[in-house]
Formats: sequence, structure tokens, C-alpha cells
Amino acid sequence: MVNAMKMIRGIAASGGIGKGVIKMFNRPGEFVFQEKSFDKEYEIKSFKKAQSLAVEELKSLYEKARKLVGEKDAQIFEAHSMMVESEDLSDMVMDMIEEGYTAPYAVQKAGEQLSDMFASMDDAYMRERASDIHDITARLVRILCFGSGNTGGEIESDTPCILAAEDLFPSDTMAMDMNKVLAFITKKGSRVSHLSILARTLGIPAVVGLNEQFDCIFPESEAIVDGDEGMVILMPDDSTVQVYKRKREEKLVKIKRLQGMKGKESITLDGTRIDICANISSLSDIPKVLENDADGIGLFRTEFLYMESSMLPSEEMQLEVYGKVLESMKNKRVIIRTFDIGADKSLPYLDLGKDENPAMGYRAIRVSIMEQDMMKTQIRALLRASVYGKLAIMFPMIATASELKKAKSIVQACKKELDDEGLPYSGNVEIGIMIEVPSAAIMSDELAKEVDFFSIGTNDLTQFTLAVDRMNPRLADIYDPSNPAVLRLMEMAAQNARKNGIFCGVCGESASDLQLLEKYLRMGITEISVAPSKILEIREFIRSIDLSR
Amino acid sequence: MISFDYVVKDEAGIHARPASLLAKKAKSFKCTVTLSCNGWSCDARKLMMVMAMGVKKGDTITITVDGEEEEKVAVELKQFFEENL
Repeated sequence: MVNAMKMIRGIAASGGIGKGVIKMFNRPGEFVFQEKSFDKEYEIKSFKKAQSLAVEELKSLYEKARKLVGEKDAQIFEAHSMMVESEDLSDMVMDMIEEGYTAPYAVQKAGEQLSDMFASMDDAYMRERASDIHDITARLVRILCFGSGNTGGEIESDTPCILAAEDLFPSDTMAMDMNKVLAFITKKGSRVSHLSILARTLGIPAVVGLNEQFDCIFPESEAIVDGDEGMVILMPDDSTVQVYKRKREEKLVKIKRLQGMKGKESITLDGTRIDICANISSLSDIPKVLENDADGIGLFRTEFLYMESSMLPSEEMQLEVYGKVLESMKNKRVIIRTFDIGADKSLPYLDLGKDENPAMGYRAIRVSIMEQDMMKTQIRALLRASVYGKLAIMFPMIATASELKKAKSIVQACKKELDDEGLPYSGNVEIGIMIEVPSAAIMSDELAKEVDFFSIGTNDLTQFTLAVDRMNPRLADIYDPSNPAVLRLMEMAAQNARKNGIFCGVCGESASDLQLLEKYLRMGITEISVAPSKILEIREFIRSIDLSR
Repeated sequence: MISFDYVVKDEAGIHARPASLLAKKAKSFKCTVTLSCNGWSCDARKLMMVMAMGVKKGDTITITVDGEEEEKVAVELKQFFEENL
């Protein structure tokens, strides 16, 4: 194994330190592999192993086929087996490995060359052989990527590992056993992409946006992922390992100290009470919320209910989830945000169409208002669940007063339906909106009269105010929640909330930035919602500041 | 060095199955085995190259054997072609 330690930099997406072996993530059906290699011997070994595994697979296929279709037609597997072991292919692959390419890359390229050669021949039979080559190439590449008999998608490891991928989508992470993941590292992504948000909620270190540096990663090698600094150290030497061991110990000391914040009040030195709440995406996040002694749930993202399901989630199913969440939080407020999905995600049961600009397109409340049956199902479920705890319903992406009016009237209609059906709901359900579209901040004086609370979504507010795509790592410098224009709009919303006797919270990422947090509190923000792992640290901070000075 | 010719009788010419059997056999010999047809030549151990020659029914191939035990090998190969092609 090559022994050169190398440090690569990306975006610090989720804090914490992970040390372990890197495993590449392969999406089912897709083969992902590096082009260049640093260890020729490893590649040669892998290729030879893959060859023999392929021959084994083909042998058992041959046996099966012989029983099913007879000797003659089963012969093709024998021929494939010979092709897999053919000198021609081996020579080409070995040459490329000598040039520094990885085994899967070499096999892919050699296969392409050979199949092109056959595809261009006069004889029809010979042209057919091109597909044989495709077939055996795919078999070899699959075995090199996933091992024999697997189709990918699972984490190939018994012990927890560092998962490396070009990118990870919600559907990838949904099926994953998170206990097997020590840290995430990805080529693409930003601090606010799905994976980053998920990693922070779970407290798993993550470094994203590594771009070209991602190509330096060597599968099965040791690495340290420093999610605080946004660094990945490949093949760390002993002294580096020691440094990180110490860092980790310091962290554990800090975590112990913060445990002392449990049960303490979230109150400033001058006596201002702040609600430090948690963001959640599913019922399984609740233990972390309770462990970290949150003052409530400031954002329950219901998208996952919709994305996890292959059909429209029913009223009963939603009722069960919402009910359990409310019950577990007892008398602490739970703010549940209605459907917030757009054309950037695809749901099998709902046609959201295609958007040129999905962030500003057919999404969230706009879809809910159009798909009234779907919205009613959600609202009915929410209302029915309200008997289990302290519910607040929040509408995302409100841009105009008429949208809000429409949404509220749907809630009224649902209440009437439930009354007629004799189904109970709480009379104290609060209705609020997200302030994430600039127009809502600007008109917050009018909107404040119509709702029980605001919650500022700083991610999207920053995006829309500065016209910057928060998913584009190249624009990371422009995307700045502390930009004065963004702060002014926030202040406007906070002031107008106060004037109308309603509370204003912040549920964006920026609330966990302590410097920004202080600014927010001074604006009059009295509620924040963050990843559960940040709550105790923030409580410690809030108890140390004096807003009257 | 020994050479002999053979006219391919098989409908499918030198297709994958016989080509792979030929390659297997050729690998087991200590001497070299070269296949020539229509101006093209290749090492009989190279399966893909043998197939790529595109030898069809009715084509005449020349088999050249060179090295240790070449007479024995030539006889064996002649038999192989009779049986398989």
C-alpha cells in the first residue's frame, strides 16, 4: 500500500471527527469507480480475483441453464467464462493497470475497445459478440465494485466505515443503516444540501464539496474525517492519529460539560426566555430530541413521509406519526410544516412536472393549494393528532396574502368536516408561516395580523434575497445569511411580529451560528430550531449573554 | 514448424464455442499455434483475436505449429478441427 499521507479540503458540513476505513458507495445499478490508482498491485490482485469470481458465477449459471434449456444453449456461459479469462482481455487490462488506471476503469475501457471492434465487423454473428463483451465487462465491473452476487446499494462493511460517494440523495440515505456510517465524504454538495442537513441531525461528521480532490480517495484505505474543519486526512501517519485522538477526547470532555445544561432553563442573563427547539424529519429523531432536552420541536419536516412512501400517505398513517410525535413531546410545542416538496424531487404518485427553477417553482404550499385533497388529508391528520399534544401548523413558502388566506380556509373547511364527522381536535392549534420569501418579510406587518407565529427560514430567505443558489458550491461566498439585506428583512419580520403580539422564530441553519444567534436575539427573535446535537451548546451560550447591554 | 490447411465446414464458422475450445487447447501446448486466414494471422491462444478474424464456413485456414512436440500437436489439432469445425 502506498504510504503517503494526504490532506484534502472540502466544506465542513457536519461537525465531529471520524476515523476509519473508506468504503465507496455504489448506487444500485450504477458503477462508480475511480479512474486512477495509487496501488498497481492492489488493482492487479482485484482484477485476478474478479476474474475467478466471474468464472465461478458463470459456472453456476452454466449448470442452471443446462438443466433449464439444455447443453447447447447453456454453452454461451462457457464461452463467456473463456472470454473472461482470455489472454486478450487480460493483457489489455494489465497494460492499463500498468499505466496507472484502476481495475474497473481498465476493464471498462478494454471491454469498450473489444466490443467496438466486433460491432464494426461485417458478419452479423460477429456483431453479436459485441454484446457478449458488454456482458462480461459488466459482470467484471460489478464484481469489482460490489463483490460477487451483490447489486449494490448496501454498505459493504460489517464494521462502521467512512462512506464516500459522488453525492448522496435522500433516497440513498433512506435505506441506509446509519449505525454503519462513521462519517460521510462526498464530491459534490454544500452545507445546506440534503446530506449535510441529515448528517447534522444525526450527529455524523461530514465533509462535502471535495470536487477534484475526491479523486485522491483510495477505497479501503484509512482516513480521518474532520467535520469541524472540513478536512479529510487520507492515510494518516501516527502523529496525526495522536493529534486527532486528543481532539476527540477534548470533544468528549465538552459533551460531558454540556450535559450539565440539561434541565436548565433557556434564559439569558437579563431574564429573556428563549425556546431552543429541535428540527426533525421523522419519528426516529425523537430520542435525540429528548436526550438533548429540547424546549420543543421548531420544525418537523413532513417531506420524508411523502418521499418514503410509494403512494400518497393516508390520513391514518399521518395521524399515527403526528400523534406519536406530539405525545412524546408532552406539553412542549411541536411545529409541523406542511408539504414542502418541489420538482427537484420526484414522487411516483404525484406529477410535479419539470421546473426550470425548482427552488422558485411549483412547490410547497403552491402544490398543496392545487392538490387540495392531498392538503386536506394532511390537515385533517394534523388536526386529529392535535389532541395528543401542543400542535402548531406551519405553511412553507408563503409569498402572498392570498395564498395564506387560501391555506387558512382549507384548515377551516377541514375543521368543519371533522365537526360534522364527530372527530375531535384541539381548540388551541396555532397556525403560522415560514418567512422565507422576501415578499413575506416585506409584508410581515399585514401577515402578522393573520397568524399566530412566524418562523424565518434563513436558508431560503438568503437564497431568494441575494438571488443565489444555495446548492451551488461555487457561490458559497455570496450565499451569506449575515448579509445586511437578509438581516434587515429578518428584523422587519421580528419587529412586526412583536408589534402584533406574536412570536418570531428562526428555523434555518444560521441559528446555530452563535454570533448570528446573538444578532437574532437582539432583533427580538424568541425561538430557534436547530439540529438536536446543538441544543445544549446553545443553551450554555444563551445563559451567558445579557441582551440589555 | 509444421503447417496444414483446413476448410471450415461449420455453419457458423469459428464461433465463440469452438474458438474458446481452441484457445483452451492451444494454451495447453508448449509450442506456438498460429491461425491464418485471408491474410490475417493471430495467436490461437487469443480468444478474442481468433473470433475477430471472422472465419466463415467455406474459408480455408492455415494452422502453423512451431516448437516442442509440434508433430504431436499438429495431429491433435487436425483432429480437433475435424470434430469441431
